[in-house]
Amino acid sequence: MAADIWLELDLVLPVGDRRVALAPTSRRIAFVGPSGVGKSTLLRALAGLDRAAHGRIAFAGETWQDSATGSWVPPWRRGIGWVAQDARLFPHVDVARNLAWRDRDELARARGHARELGVDELVTRMPRNLSGGERQRIALVRAVASRPRLLVLDEPFSALDRPLRERTVAWLAKHCADAGIPLVVVSHDERDLVGLDAETHEL
Amino acid sequence: MSELDPWAAVRLSLVVALWCTVLGLPVAVALGWLLARKRFVGKTLVSALVMAPMVLPPVVTGLLLLGAFGKHGLFGPLLAAVGVHVPFTLVGAVLAAAVVGLPLYVMSTRAAFEAVDPAYEELSATLGDTPWRTFLRVSLPLALPGIAGGAVLSFARSLGEFGATIVLAGNTPDTRTISIAIYSLLDRPGSYPEVAWLSAASIAISLAALVGYELLVRRQRRRLEIDRGR
Repeated sequence: MAADIWLELDLVLPVGDRRVALAPTSRRIAFVGPSGVGKSTLLRALAGLDRAAHGRIAFAGETWQDSATGSWVPPWRRGIGWVAQDARLFPHVDVARNLAWRDRDELARARGHARELGVDELVTRMPRNLSGGERQRIALVRAVASRPRLLVLDEPFSALDRPLRERTVAWLAKHCADAGIPLVVVSHDERDLVGLDAETHEL
Repeated sequence: MSELDPWAAVRLSLVVALWCTVLGLPVAVALGWLLARKRFVGKTLVSALVMAPMVLPPVVTGLLLLGAFGKHGLFGPLLAAVGVHVPFTLVGAVLAAAVVGLPLYVMSTRAAFEAVDPAYEELSATLGDTPWRTFLRVSLPLALPGIAGGAVLSFARSLGEFGATIVLAGNTPDTRTISIAIYSLLDRPGSYPEVAWLSAASIAISLAALVGYELLVRRQRRRLEIDRGR
């Protein structure tokens, strides 16, 4: 049924000319595979940061990329909640301004999310004074708080230890379900994917 | 020859260098960003043209500027029509020093923008910022200490400019900067104390500028490394 197809992906990755074609029905999909296979390239294509992958991407009936016609929607109009592998925060502003980057009025809601992940007391700190795990959770909260239409996450739990990881995965799964936000994730850990209940694709 | 006031020369040098720094800023930021972040046809040519005054003899740069902005130069009549006279005026002194200082300015701003990890710009794009907003909110603030460092370098370079200035602006009371004052004093018997005084002033100002540059660069480095590693 066409209405169920929220994402159509038909891309040829620049590495090894590998073709990835899917139209998932599950609203949470995960890509797994060895490093260097092009998982990050795929996510960057989804976020609109990179046009190295050739082909077509359509989201919710909207064509984001079509190499045949040259059409391409820039990242700032896609409404993506993006967390890259290194979970960067803007280094020149404090955590609060990072959380409410898109819109200052978001801060209250973002702080609510931060509280759920146990990082709300960090809001007045500068990113340089945060640990890797703290930064990763702040980056996740920022992505979620920006009210994205799609979350695109690259190894978003890599800096978290086991108990924290489970708690964060559960928080993310619940939030995505409540807000109805679809999710595309790359992770090398099967247990995270089970926690997210994601449809898994090998690359 | 008119009476030569060393203080006036120092003041004029500072005024000229300040104007060069202020007027050069938008040019250096625009060119630095373009060269650091964009690929375009003729990029090598633009880069070579901007850098040329660094390797050309300043006297030749002055001659080229005279050919462009002199009374009978390419744009001379046009400028005269709107009441701007370049040769032998303060405008000429500023123009000569600015053009000679521009390579250092652009090199610094380019390096400052290149040092900004594009990942931050990408991040701000995914959070809804258009390229212009990303430039204002991310690229510019992160590159700012490096840009300020470039401003200081350009200031210091403009301060000592001689060759292009003497060709384009000559040795008049309106254009007699420290270097040109020293040059004219050398012809005068008994002017050793003034020469020494002016030289000392120029050394002091230049050193102060370079210390400022060093501090700003260090700050830039700290600023960019803070979100790395761990």
